[in-house]
Amino acid sequence: MSKEELLKKRYRAEKRFKFYGLTSVILAILFVLFLVNVIFSKGKGAFSRTTISVEVDFNTEKLEIKNNPTNEEIQDTDFYDLSIESLLNVYKTKGLKEEKDLIRIFSPDYEFEIKNFIIENKGFLNKTTIIELTASDDIDQLNKGNYPRHLPEERRRISDFQLLIYDKLVEDNKIQKTFNTFLFTNGDSRDPELAGVGGSLLGSFFTIIVTLLLSFPVAILASIYLEEFAPKNRITDFIEININNLAAVPSIVFGLLGLGILLGTFDFPRSTPLVAGITLALMTLPRIIIPCRASLKAVPPSIREGALAVGASKVQSVTHHVVPLAIPGTLSGTIIGLAQALGETAPLILIGMVAFVVDLPSSPVDPSASLPVQVYLWSEQAERGFVEKTSATIMILLTFLITMNAFAVYLRQKFERRWS
Amino acid sequence: MTNNKVKIKTEKLDVFYGQKQALKNVNLEIFNREVTALIGPSGCGKSTYIRCINRMNDVIETCKISGSIKIDGQEINNKQIDVVRLRERIGMVFQKPNPFPKSIYDNVAYGPQIHGLADHKDKLDQIVQTSLKKSALWEEVKDRLDEPGTSLSGGQQQRLCIARAISVNPEVILMDEPCSALDPIATAKIEELMEELKKTFTIVIVTHSMAQAVRVSQRTGFFHLGNLIEVDTTDKMFKNPNNKMTQDYITGRFG
Repeated sequence: MSKEELLKKRYRAEKRFKFYGLTSVILAILFVLFLVNVIFSKGKGAFSRTTISVEVDFNTEKLEIKNNPTNEEIQDTDFYDLSIESLLNVYKTKGLKEEKDLIRIFSPDYEFEIKNFIIENKGFLNKTTIIELTASDDIDQLNKGNYPRHLPEERRRISDFQLLIYDKLVEDNKIQKTFNTFLFTNGDSRDPELAGVGGSLLGSFFTIIVTLLLSFPVAILASIYLEEFAPKNRITDFIEININNLAAVPSIVFGLLGLGILLGTFDFPRSTPLVAGITLALMTLPRIIIPCRASLKAVPPSIREGALAVGASKVQSVTHHVVPLAIPGTLSGTIIGLAQALGETAPLILIGMVAFVVDLPSSPVDPSASLPVQVYLWSEQAERGFVEKTSATIMILLTFLITMNAFAVYLRQKFERRWS
Repeated sequence: MTNNKVKIKTEKLDVFYGQKQALKNVNLEIFNREVTALIGPSGCGKSTYIRCINRMNDVIETCKISGSIKIDGQEINNKQIDVVRLRERIGMVFQKPNPFPKSIYDNVAYGPQIHGLADHKDKLDQIVQTSLKKSALWEEVKDRLDEPGTSLSGGQQQRLCIARAISVNPEVILMDEPCSALDPIATAKIEELMEELKKTFTIVIVTHSMAQAVRVSQRTGFFHLGNLIEVDTTDKMFKNPNNKMTQDYITGRFG
């Protein structure tokens, strides 16, 4: 082969290589876009909810209540009859079946919603006003255009009569679409239109706090000791190897550990962020220790020598000079470790965080769900409302993860020091 | 020019890094308030020698030192001696300038702070100022003491490191090839500075430059493969050395 040909061949090989690389990058971006698109198009519906305008007459005589009631007195009053009466006024019905159909276009919480409205707006007592009540899941999906209304009646959950009511309500402008605050404030529910991630958000928050408080100080101290003070011998080599091994242990194994020791031996409260936090802290420890040690190792020895040479003790050289330089790397390693813990599902399932919890947790020892487990729970439900909520929860979870990772990158770039 | 007061005296000094012997039976006297230059080819043990004097070799786990190192007649090569106190008395300047990534002020103030040399801010300011003046850096940095020490040029950084070393008022300053990373102008400045510093401090400098040894030192020691081959006044060493090997080295025939 002549020199000329050889050169051409080398250029061709280079072009080919660049092409392969570019193709892989484009392919990867396409996959991500596809994933985001699927999640977004499925999940965006969950951020809005459908309400129906209902006229309610808050007649104190009918309610058998004083004219100036306290919140407790309203709370103790029976609003059922008033609610049913108001709902039935929405459309003219004949017979019990039609009445039932009409009531079923509302979410079962109507009585509670009416009562809450009057507690917050006492001025409407003895007045007639229009309240927005949450529509049932089926009407919600119908309004969002997800419901197959062209199917024959026996294959639909919405009856022809309900469709009739719905169309009339739309015509009268009595159906509204508003931002779904329930998604963020409510706990879990059997009714998709009422279910929210409020409980799992708090659960995840408490879990991460417990994980942070346990793993961060232990990991920092362990890495400083191992990197700066521990003698280099077989025992420390053995510990180092095992830290690396622990970081590679499947997370579900830590779930088993939590189940066996925390719940089994020590009898900690089941399904709580406390247990989840401890379990995830064990899992996260090696994942934080490794980047912490790496960032300590990255501090040039000349800094240590400089400090020692002016008469700093070993501890002073570490705390005054080495650790401050390692902090950005340490923090970003911690944040990435916590982000991994935030997205962890398997160990939480084992320690009972899959329980159906309606109430919002108020402390780390209350039973609660967590975001990834909520995704898992809702993905098993058949209702269309839960399908979109599953994707919406993934969106919320991803938002947190991306924010945390972005913060880690920011810390690294902002505080990274360069040595000449 | 030379005086007879011995500041540092090593006898039968052997240093091992693991299995490898880095210094073999080194007997050397370093005199008070003069500059002693240590020369020799790379890996001959000169840096190892000066790192024994302030016990910086303690950092290296595999390093074993035997023999006697006396400063003002006091043995320092034993467990009883407090290395923190020792390093306060014996400052060190490294081959590569290594200022702390802190402000110029903090770089110099760090030593006095940890040793409690200044009980109030004014005193500390004064120490920083005197140290920077002694290291001939004051005029260049007096208006920007808050800027990071790493923002200075290489030569300025090295003078900052010298200021840091003298801020705790040591008796001896060890310099490990302090000019090897610097350009000739910065080198000249450091050498001028040493001329000034030797009035107050005892200086031991490791250097690869024969010319530098001649310019700055009163006494020169020649190391080869861990042995101290010859030590004498610089004049004698460069004009009429006793040993053939020294002769060959300083005339550039090997090394």
